[in-house]
Amino acid sequence: MNEPIIHVENLCKKFDDFTAVNQISFDVSRGEIFGFLGANGAGKTTAMRMLCGLSFPTSGMGTVAGFNIRTEGEKIKSHIGYMSQRFSLYDDLTVFENMKLYAGIYGLSRQQTLQSIDEKLEQLQFASEKNTLVGALPLGWKQKVAFSVATLHRPEIVFLDEPTGGVDPITRRQFWELIYNAAANGTTIFVTTHYMDEAEYCSRVSIMVDGKIEALDSPKKLKEQFSVQSMDEVFRTLARRAKRTE
Amino acid sequence: MNMIEVNGLTKRYGNVLALSAVSFSVAEGELFGLIGPDGAGKTTLFRLLATLLNADEGTATVNGFDVVKDYKSIRNCVGYMPGKFSLYPDLSVKENVDFFAALFGVTLEENYDLIAPIYKQIEPFKDRRAGKLSGGMKQKLALCCALIHKPKVLFLDEPTTGVDAVSRSEFWDMLSNLKQKGITMLVSTPYMDEASRCDRIALCNEGKILCIDAPANLTKNFDTPLYALAADDMFALLNAVRSIPNMGDVYPFGEFHHLFSHSELDCGKVSDELSKKGCNNLTIKKIEPTIEDVFIKLMNNE
Amino acid sequence: MNGFASFVKKETLHIFRDFRTMMIVLLIPIVLMVLFGFAISTEVNNVDVAVVAPNRGDEVSKAVSRLQHNPYFTFKGFINADEIDHTLRSGNAMAVAVFDNDFNKKSALAKDAKAKPTVQIVLDAADVNTASSSAIYLQSVLTENAMSKQTLFNTHLLYNPQLKSAYNFVPGIMGLIFILICAMMTSVSIVREKESGTMEVLLVSPVKPIHIIFAKMIPYFLMSSFNLLTILLLAKYLLDIPMIGGISGIVIISLLYLILSLSFGLLISTLADKQFTALLISAVVMMVPIMMFSGMLFPIENLPLVLRPVSAIVPARWYIDAVRKMMIEGLPLMAVANDFLILLGMTVVLLGVSLKKFNDKLE
Repeated sequence: MNEPIIHVENLCKKFDDFTAVNQISFDVSRGEIFGFLGANGAGKTTAMRMLCGLSFPTSGMGTVAGFNIRTEGEKIKSHIGYMSQRFSLYDDLTVFENMKLYAGIYGLSRQQTLQSIDEKLEQLQFASEKNTLVGALPLGWKQKVAFSVATLHRPEIVFLDEPTGGVDPITRRQFWELIYNAAANGTTIFVTTHYMDEAEYCSRVSIMVDGKIEALDSPKKLKEQFSVQSMDEVFRTLARRAKRTE
Repeated sequence: MNMIEVNGLTKRYGNVLALSAVSFSVAEGELFGLIGPDGAGKTTLFRLLATLLNADEGTATVNGFDVVKDYKSIRNCVGYMPGKFSLYPDLSVKENVDFFAALFGVTLEENYDLIAPIYKQIEPFKDRRAGKLSGGMKQKLALCCALIHKPKVLFLDEPTTGVDAVSRSEFWDMLSNLKQKGITMLVSTPYMDEASRCDRIALCNEGKILCIDAPANLTKNFDTPLYALAADDMFALLNAVRSIPNMGDVYPFGEFHHLFSHSELDCGKVSDELSKKGCNNLTIKKIEPTIEDVFIKLMNNE
Repeated sequence: MNGFASFVKKETLHIFRDFRTMMIVLLIPIVLMVLFGFAISTEVNNVDVAVVAPNRGDEVSKAVSRLQHNPYFTFKGFINADEIDHTLRSGNAMAVAVFDNDFNKKSALAKDAKAKPTVQIVLDAADVNTASSSAIYLQSVLTENAMSKQTLFNTHLLYNPQLKSAYNFVPGIMGLIFILICAMMTSVSIVREKESGTMEVLLVSPVKPIHIIFAKMIPYFLMSSFNLLTILLLAKYLLDIPMIGGISGIVIISLLYLILSLSFGLLISTLADKQFTALLISAVVMMVPIMMFSGMLFPIENLPLVLRPVSAIVPARWYIDAVRKMMIEGLPLMAVANDFLILLGMTVVLLGVSLKKFNDKLE
C-alpha cells in the first residue's frame, strides 16, 4: 500500500489571534518511525491533537489511516493508539486489569483480548508480573506496559507523546526496541521527544518552529543539509530562529 | 570548608527506600550534578538538604550548618527551585519576583546585578501572567526568584526537565555565569548529555550513588571496549549482533548502536560475520564512551 | 514593603485573579438569603379560610371581620357543617373555622365561667408546615379580642408572631456560609500551594510559618466580613427583620465565628495534601453536621437522644443559637455570653491545634 497513513495539507489552528499551527503539510508512510520535534510552544501538541481527532482544525485538511480529521474523528480514534507521558495507566489496577480494560475500550473480543495480552506479556517478558499493581512498578516498566496497552488493539499507527521522559538509559533503549519491533511489524510510529539522540532512531524527522514545519527529512539528510554532526545541532540551529516566546 | 557535606543519608517512605546511605561533598563554588532517572532519589535528597524533610539515618551540613539542628540558618542562605513549576501562575512575572524578594526581605534593585543577565531576558514580559510563559521562560523566572536574595548555595531540582534542547543549553549557560560569581550549585537532571556542564557529577539510580567524579574522569576510566555499529536496517543489525554469542551487550544509541564488548574486537571479522547475517552498508568502529555509556555500564554492574 | 504585607497582597491578587470564584463567593449569601427568605418560605400567606357558624352573633362577626382584614388570610365565605370535608378536599379552602352554637353567649360570660366558647379549626394538613403555622396564627386572629377573657386559646407566639420562617433561616444561613467560605477557601488555597510545589519554596524561605498562615487568613476574613455586611443589610431591608437588640452584638459574635472558621480551614489544610481532599473534608465534615446538628433545619430537641451531645461540638450550633437570640428575640450580647464563651474556647483550641500541626517541614 503506497497511500500514506497520514496526509496533511495546509493544516492551521488558531486560538483567537494566536496561530498555534500555521499551514503545515506533510505525509507519513506506513511502517515509518516519524519523529515530530519542536521546541516548547512550537505547536507540536496542538498539531498532534488535531491528528488524533481531539481538536478541530481552523483550516486545511488531513487524513489519518484513511479517515478525514475534520469529519471522522471518532473513526480515527478507534484506528490509532495513543500514549502520553502524563496519562498512561491506572495505578490502582494490575498490569493485566489495565490491559483488559483497554482491550474492552477498543472492543476486542474475549479471545482476541486474552491472546493479545499473552503476546504482549511475552514480548515484555513480564508474564510473572501480570498481577502486580501498576502503581508499584518502576517508571520505566510503566512506560513499557503503557506502550503495549496502546498497541494492544493492533492499531495501524501509534502516537507517542514524549514516551521516555525521565526513564533510565537502559529502559529507554528497551523502550525503543519495542518501537523498532512494532515498526518492523508494520505499525506506523508517530513520536515526539526531547532526547535528540532518539531523533536518530526515526526514519524521518520533522522539526516545527513557531507553528511551521521548518525541516523534514531523514536524520542523515538533515545533518548533511545543515552540515552538522548530530541531530542536536540541527535542532538548535532551527530552534534558534524561533521568534515567538509563547 | 565544603559547602555541602552529606554522610550516609538514608530516607524511607514506608517500605520504600528512597535514599540509601548516600555520601558526598560539594566544595565552595562548585557546580555539582546529580544525574539519574526518575526514582533515583534526587528530589528526596534535595528536600533533606533544603531542610524540608528529616533523614532516617545519616547527617548533612550546608554552609557548615547542620540540616536538623540549624535548619533555620540554612533557610537564610540557600536558594531552592523544586522540581515542579514553583511559581504562581496567576501572578505576573513582576509580581512573582516582587513577592519572592519580599519573602526574603530584599528588593529586586538590591541584588539586581546578580540576576540582571537572566531578568533582562524576561523583563519584556514582566506584566504577563507566569502561567502563560513558555517552558524556557518559566524556568528563567523561577531561577530569578531563587536567586533574588543572593544565596550562597543554589539547589536546582531537575530545572531542565521537559524543556527543549535549546532552552536547556541556555539554562546551563546561565548556571556557568552564576558559578563565576562564586555561587555553589547542586543541580539534578535526568539528561545525561548535561553532565559535561558540571564540575563533578554523581550518577545515581534507585536511591544509590553509583559513582562520583569529574565527567572527564568517568569517561577516561571506562575500561570496557566500546564499539559503534550502524547499518541500513538498524533493528535487524541489533538482532544480528545479539545472535552472535559472547559479543557483550548492545544498545541502540541514536545514529549508532553501542556494543559493550567483552574483549577487543577484530572489526573486519565482526563486519564479515554481520554481513553474512544480512546487514548491508555496515560501519563498525571503536569509540570513546559518553556519560550515558558509563551509566549503562554501572547499572549493569549493580 | 515588608514580607507580611506583600504576602497579604499576593493572597488578595490570587482572589481577584480568580474572578469567577470570587463572584460565586460574594453572591452565594445573596442568592441563599433570597431563596430561603422568599421562595422556600413556609410562612403563612394567602391561606383560604371558610367559616362554619350556625349562629352569627356579634362575636362571630367580629372574628370574621378580623379574618377578612388580615392580609395573610382570605375569607372564602360561610359554609354548612356538612360541607367541610368537601370544601377542604376540593381545595376551595385550606382551613375551616367552626364556631360552636353558643359562641356569642359564652363569649359574653365572665372569664371564670365554666362554659367556654370554642372554635374548632379543621385544616388541610397536606402541607404540614403551613398547616401548623396557620393553625396557630388563625387561633390568635380569631380570638384576638377575647384574649383577655378566654383561657382556651392561650397560645403564646411571642417573638415571631407571624411565624415568618425567613427569620429562622437567616442565622442558619450565616452559620453555614461563613464556615463554608472561610474554611473551604482557606484550606483549598493552602493545599493548592502544597500541590503546586510553591509551599516548598515558602517553607525554605526564612519567613515564619505563622506569617504564611495569617497572610492567608486576612483576605478571606475581609471577604467574609463583606458577606456579613450583605447578609445583615438584606436581613434588615429585604426581609424586614427588626433586630431590635442592635447589630453590634451580632457583628462581634460573627467575627469570632469567622476566626473560628478560618482556623478550621487551617486544620483541614494540615490534614489534606490534595485540593480535592480539602474540598471533600470541608463538605463532609462541615456541611453535613451543620445541616443536621446545628438546629438549622431541625430543632436540636428533635434529635435522637444519642445524637444530641454531637450537636454540642458543632460550633455552628452555638453560633446559630446566639444569632437567633440576638437577631430575632432582640437580646443583647450579654444574654448569649454562654454561646460566646463556648465559641471563644473552640476558637482558641482549634487555632492552637492547627498552628501546632502546621509545621515548617513537609512531613
